[in-house]
Amino acid sequence: MSLPSSEVFRSAALTRQLAGEIRQVVTRPWNIMEICGGQTHAILQYGLDQLLPPEITLIHGPGCPVCVTALESIENALQIARQPDVIFCSFGDMLRVPGARANLFSARAEGADVRVVYSPLDAVKLARETPQKQVVFFAIGFETTVPSIAASILHAERNKISNFSILPANVLVPPAMHAILKSPDNRVNAFLAAGHVCAVMGYWEYEPIAAQYRTPIVVTGFEPVDLLRGILMSVRQLESGRSEVENAYERAVTREGNPDAQAMITQVFEPVDRQWRGIGLISLSGLGLRPRFKSFDALERFALAHQAVSESPLCIAGQVLRGNATPHDCPAFGRECTPASPLGAPMVSSEGACAAYYRYQRVKT
Amino acid sequence: MTKTNYPNLQGPVCPLPLQPGGQIVMGHGSGGGMTRDLIVNVFQKYLGNAILNAGNDSALLNGELVAPPGYQLVVSTDAHVVFPLFFPGSDIGRLSVCGTVNDVAMLGAQPKYLTASFILEEGFAIDELEKVLASMRDACAEADVRIIAADTKVTEKGKADKLFITTTGIGWAPAGRKITGDQAQPGDAVLISGALGNHGIAVLQARGNLGFQSDVQSDAAPLNHLTQALCAAFPDVHVMRDPTRGGLATTLVEIAQQSSVTIQLDEPEIPIDASVRAACDLLGLDPLYLANEGKVIVILPEEHAEDALSFLRAQKYGEKARRIGRVIARSSGQLLLRTALGTTRVLDMLAGEMLPRIC
Amino acid sequence: MCLGIPGKVIRLFDLDGTAMANVDFGGVQQEVCVATVPEVQVGQFVIVHAGFALNLLSEDEALETMRLLNEINKFNQAEDEGKPAA
Repeated sequence: MSLPSSEVFRSAALTRQLAGEIRQVVTRPWNIMEICGGQTHAILQYGLDQLLPPEITLIHGPGCPVCVTALESIENALQIARQPDVIFCSFGDMLRVPGARANLFSARAEGADVRVVYSPLDAVKLARETPQKQVVFFAIGFETTVPSIAASILHAERNKISNFSILPANVLVPPAMHAILKSPDNRVNAFLAAGHVCAVMGYWEYEPIAAQYRTPIVVTGFEPVDLLRGILMSVRQLESGRSEVENAYERAVTREGNPDAQAMITQVFEPVDRQWRGIGLISLSGLGLRPRFKSFDALERFALAHQAVSESPLCIAGQVLRGNATPHDCPAFGRECTPASPLGAPMVSSEGACAAYYRYQRVKT
Repeated sequence: MTKTNYPNLQGPVCPLPLQPGGQIVMGHGSGGGMTRDLIVNVFQKYLGNAILNAGNDSALLNGELVAPPGYQLVVSTDAHVVFPLFFPGSDIGRLSVCGTVNDVAMLGAQPKYLTASFILEEGFAIDELEKVLASMRDACAEADVRIIAADTKVTEKGKADKLFITTTGIGWAPAGRKITGDQAQPGDAVLISGALGNHGIAVLQARGNLGFQSDVQSDAAPLNHLTQALCAAFPDVHVMRDPTRGGLATTLVEIAQQSSVTIQLDEPEIPIDASVRAACDLLGLDPLYLANEGKVIVILPEEHAEDALSFLRAQKYGEKARRIGRVIARSSGQLLLRTALGTTRVLDMLAGEMLPRIC
Repeated sequence: MCLGIPGKVIRLFDLDGTAMANVDFGGVQQEVCVATVPEVQVGQFVIVHAGFALNLLSEDEALETMRLLNEINKFNQAEDEGKPAA
């Protein structure tokens, strides 16, 4: 069997047919949110929102881990990167994210040894090859990325690679869902759950959320057919008053998820409170290293000066990320805040609502 | 006359003959015997011609080096700092010739000669330099251009990534020919000479830090014969440009802005090899923003589009030419992409460096 | 967090105690850590994210989904055929 994704799940004919189904089923306005940067990217790349009937509003939630990384984390990253004998490793998309004044790109231009890695395991490899340096990996990402970071820590421990550490900044999806749903001005009617997060974690964690808030949650993939199928199933539930967890990404996701991956995560990490850029503190929404692995925590290894950092008072990212405001409602939009000089998460990411609106708005004028 | 022994401030300058397998040292840049040795035995061995070998600091432009009456001069310059120097399908040498040849060719001019300036890093292996020069020689032969003036300097270790090459190209086009970025008209067809993204992926692969292997090769090639033939057959070509840094999308945004038009591309028509697409999917890169070094965008009136397409497909480097879009309206300048699903999105210029995504 | 694509395992090997595989993505290969899919065999498909296999891709499920989608396809075609000409 050939790689199953491309033809069928990108089929234009099937995608249009699913869009037609959605049009037939929908009778009232519904707001559907995805909390997954990859899904946001796919929706914008394929223009899927243009295929949907006007009753359906897609809200792009805080699903880009790069963009929701707290300002304080970025400032810590910059401090560490600027130290001598440090090689600071990061996923590529993190380099452009602005801190209070600088970003990792500009730090590199000023002489910091900042390197893009494709995988956390590459950072461990680098640590082994450069024993005289401290190699630090910027550990961002949702549950999809956490197993690879856990594996890199275990690999470092097993092989006694002591010059490796991570700057913990991972975040979890379920607490973010809770935070959004229990907010009094919540407008989300249904969620598309992130397909690859669920490939790791399964979807049993979402069942109590769906029940508590009477909100359908459909595990969804990333190709156009997958996304429209997820939206169709959400709309069917909404129209019939159901609020269950369903799986529209069966080929990669089971209810239990990947137990080996989950065991690796639990072995190395434990839930901690975490700040989300533009949203604020969400309790137990992050992951920190367990005591046995604390020696791999860059925050413990490097004495960092505490810096008070605060988000721009102009930025209404929190409301935009929850779908309670559009970028046009923001007084800074297009003025103090542009893709070249972003103030908050939805403008930092090229898939963020504000960046997307900015691009389309320029077109209209 | 007494000889005073002054302390040597420039590193080893004693004129040892060049050893095979040797390295560039500071003395090679001193302008003295070692430099002469390098020029005669290495540079001229590969790039030598009557003009270059004459040993003057400049070249007199006379005879066949002068634009004939009725022709206008075109000049272009480019620095090449690609790293690593060698990557699947090509190298910095071929790139330095083709890049400048193509820049001149894009205005509908025939490139005639180049100048080349080399900055060598101390410690650079002479074997590698020879490979680069051999590649330049071959590229020049293919493009039918000569290097008529050259220069070489040496910097200390750490101040140049082994080798930087700057080339300037001079050619000429018929007077009055105006094939520039501001000439696109509503109704024009947009063609591309072949598949996109190969060069960008080949270089990324050679850098090694993204840990993937593939059979993708750089497409670096001199396009002047193709463009000259095209312009002779189709005098009303409006725009030609090679989508180098920033890729197809950035280049078309530039043209759209220069011409004050909206260009719409048909995504399913844009040719991208399967392995390039797989590499882009894997790394989270957009092939429309990857560099190409052997492709040309052609914008010309619709009534000649089909014939031009057939013509391109009969040329070397144009075999996989496709029609990929149209200039649809006057505007402040924008680029749209119509997807296979019939939806439309806006394509911006590449902002900054393209980085692999994880989300 | 979600850039994961399916690939086919073509070779399994060990790197300093960590289970790895060469995975093919249709003309592009990469070394991928398969520590969390210990049961994977050569010839099977995995979803890969940042050089790491997240889970096996189930061929049965993929086929079942395609069958479901084909049902929608056939249903819509039948509907279209049943409709009067526009």
